[in-house]
Amino acid sequence: MPNTHDVLFRTLADPTRRAIFERLCHEGEQTVAALTARAGVSQPAVSKHLGVLRKAGLVRDRHEGRQTHYSAQLGALAPLIDWTSQMTGFWQRKFDALEDLLKRMDQ
Amino acid sequence: MNKQAGETLSVVVERELPYPPEKIWRALTQPHLIAEWLMKNDFAPVVGHQFSLRMDPQPNWNGVIDCQVLVVEPNKTLSYTWGALGLESAVTFTLTPTHTGTHLRMEQTGFRPDQPQNYQGAKYGWQKFFANLEQVLARTE
Repeated sequence: MPNTHDVLFRTLADPTRRAIFERLCHEGEQTVAALTARAGVSQPAVSKHLGVLRKAGLVRDRHEGRQTHYSAQLGALAPLIDWTSQMTGFWQRKFDALEDLLKRMDQ
Repeated sequence: MNKQAGETLSVVVERELPYPPEKIWRALTQPHLIAEWLMKNDFAPVVGHQFSLRMDPQPNWNGVIDCQVLVVEPNKTLSYTWGALGLESAVTFTLTPTHTGTHLRMEQTGFRPDQPQNYQGAKYGWQKFFANLEQVLARTE
């Protein structure tokens, strides 16, 4: 499991790659050309980022004629959702402790 | 579904507290008070100040979270970086006065792994980190 986390964090750590992934999440399936038009980097660079995302299981490719369409795989984020839910639990408990402290400070 | 993907990279915890912002601010910024609800620390409310939050050392982790103060707006906003096990994020507390006290919001956001060769998480793992955190909390409570 730790490896899954490493791969996901490392894959999404790159801002350009993360922006591409977020665009696919927000706007649905897109071609490399459509993604390149707004990515601010060259098409080979976009393709490379998509390859890394695909390896991490974050995007899926679908070939149609000469075009390749990419779509986000939100299920791959499950380990991160797990991470954030655990962190949420951590802060909930810390806030409980904070409330206790604030009560004591009153006295 | 659209929003969900972005939100997976941040954690938000909010609470209504029946106290004025000034009092909560003290609990967030005075080291001896921080120690009572969060962790042992050498915090100072100065932008740029580097400090540590410390838990008891764990078998594969020294229990230290490295932080640096980013924002100090007294009684309103406190933000600092939160780095542990090669994973970098930032924690921001926002205090908003209400009729009955204060709305406290905590957002932890942005995760940046270090270079793979330095990435302690690779040999340690976040699951274990949290499992240990739970143990520490269980012991201290």
